[in-house]
Amino acid sequence: MTDAISNDKAFVDFDGVWLAYNDDLLAKNIFAVEDINLKVRQGEFIAIVGPSGCGKSTFMKLTTGLKMPSMGKITIDGQPVNGPLKISGMAFQAPSLLPWRTTLDNVLLPLEIVEPFRSQFKDRRKEFEERAKKLLASVGLGGMEKKYPWELSGGMQQRASICRALIHEPKMLLLDEPFGALDAFTREELWCTLRDLWEAQRFNVILVTHDLRESVFLADTVYCMSKSPGRFVVRREIPIPRTRDLEVTYTPEFTDIVHELRGHIGAMRKAGAVIQQ
Amino acid sequence: MKRKQLERWSPLLLLLAIVVVWEVITSGFGVSEFIFPSPSRIWEQTMEHKMVILGHAWRTFWVTMAGFGVAIVVGVLLGFLIGSSRIAYAAIYPLMTAFNALPKAAFVPILVVWFGIGVGPAILTAFLISFFPIMVNIATGLATLEPELEDVLRVLGAKRWDVLIKVGLPRSLPYFYGSLKVAITLAFVGTTVSEMTAANEGIGYLLISAGSSMQMGLAFSGLLVVGIMAMVMYELFSWIEKHTTGWAHRGSQG
Repeated sequence: MTDAISNDKAFVDFDGVWLAYNDDLLAKNIFAVEDINLKVRQGEFIAIVGPSGCGKSTFMKLTTGLKMPSMGKITIDGQPVNGPLKISGMAFQAPSLLPWRTTLDNVLLPLEIVEPFRSQFKDRRKEFEERAKKLLASVGLGGMEKKYPWELSGGMQQRASICRALIHEPKMLLLDEPFGALDAFTREELWCTLRDLWEAQRFNVILVTHDLRESVFLADTVYCMSKSPGRFVVRREIPIPRTRDLEVTYTPEFTDIVHELRGHIGAMRKAGAVIQQ
Repeated sequence: MKRKQLERWSPLLLLLAIVVVWEVITSGFGVSEFIFPSPSRIWEQTMEHKMVILGHAWRTFWVTMAGFGVAIVVGVLLGFLIGSSRIAYAAIYPLMTAFNALPKAAFVPILVVWFGIGVGPAILTAFLISFFPIMVNIATGLATLEPELEDVLRVLGAKRWDVLIKVGLPRSLPYFYGSLKVAITLAFVGTTVSEMTAANEGIGYLLISAGSSMQMGLAFSGLLVVGIMAMVMYELFSWIEKHTTGWAHRGSQG
């Protein structure tokens, strides 16, 4: 893989990272992800695509420090990762909002846990609530603060879930197929919401998805992962200028990139099939 | 609308129908009062002995509530322990299941040796019989946490304790209230059974003494009173459940 970014400037730096889920698998040399080398600039939006079961979620766990690599080194924001990283926020395919909390209280949850907000929570509650309301309004959920999650549609719940991931102003947002369960129209709407949030705040985003159009529309760089072994096989920069409008997804330039990536995935699937024989 | 009304009154209607059929059969066929008293005869005897019955009922009631209170404390603590620790779950659960399979009435003679005739055995029997469902339900509520949610919180630096308090505990509340409804009825069973052999007071004692003096009407009143107390408590917990954890029952409101 060619890499234009100089080593010391990388915000996220994976250096030859291997992970086996337990000692047994390690002894048998079975790895969930293999030889991951990755350098991400500050504020870069990357997407990782690949067939299901290729280790995308494992990659997420490594990035957040929930899992330690068996081999290799991960550095994020200049710090070696050796425990859960509080500078990141996460959202998943399931919004997993707490049904007994209002939307506002759900969004505030991270502030009740993460330092330094945790110890200030009681004193600065009003201020935090204002911040949460602003954030909710920016994703189109203004006036929904007092509603309970089950009173919201799927798309609204997912918006709230993204707000929850962003409320403590993380430097890095990790999204694991966040729009997978939504219908096509809602999904495209949320692409734009995410795009606007990112353009306003420029946090790092790592988006795991198997929607190629989604990855090309949103990301600066798309990585393709292969399945067993889970490796990064292709790195593709997306040269489409910002701010990207939904219209861009209908241009030949866009479609060509999607097609090209589809080609890589297709090739991998065939190769995988051969290996399994 | 009419259907809903019917639904609401259906338990009373059924009860009424049973009483009528019962009355018709017992008085119609002239069944002996010593074999199977008629509802009207039971009512008569209940009124006749109402102060006595009330005294015994009060005793059974507070003894049951005491045992039930202990059951809540122990059940919640144990449930908390086995729901939050895999080791504790693996170690405790099989033993608890075996223990739960034992008939609690069999403990009464042992408890009498330890605590003598009276309040002790009754409270403990009520406790022993009713803590199990509470424990299991709390543990289930805690153990079925979504792993994604746990990840979201752990990334933020949440300790196990934070996850338990912020998510596990509120999540298991509906399970908890559900289990209280089951447990309170069991607790009445425990008290009554224990009082039958190991007390000189309480509905259980009343049942035995009424039976041995062939006062069948009185024995039936005793049953009636336990049934009513259990039902009232059940409805109370049901009401509390609905008003505290409404979020878990939203489907049934439509």
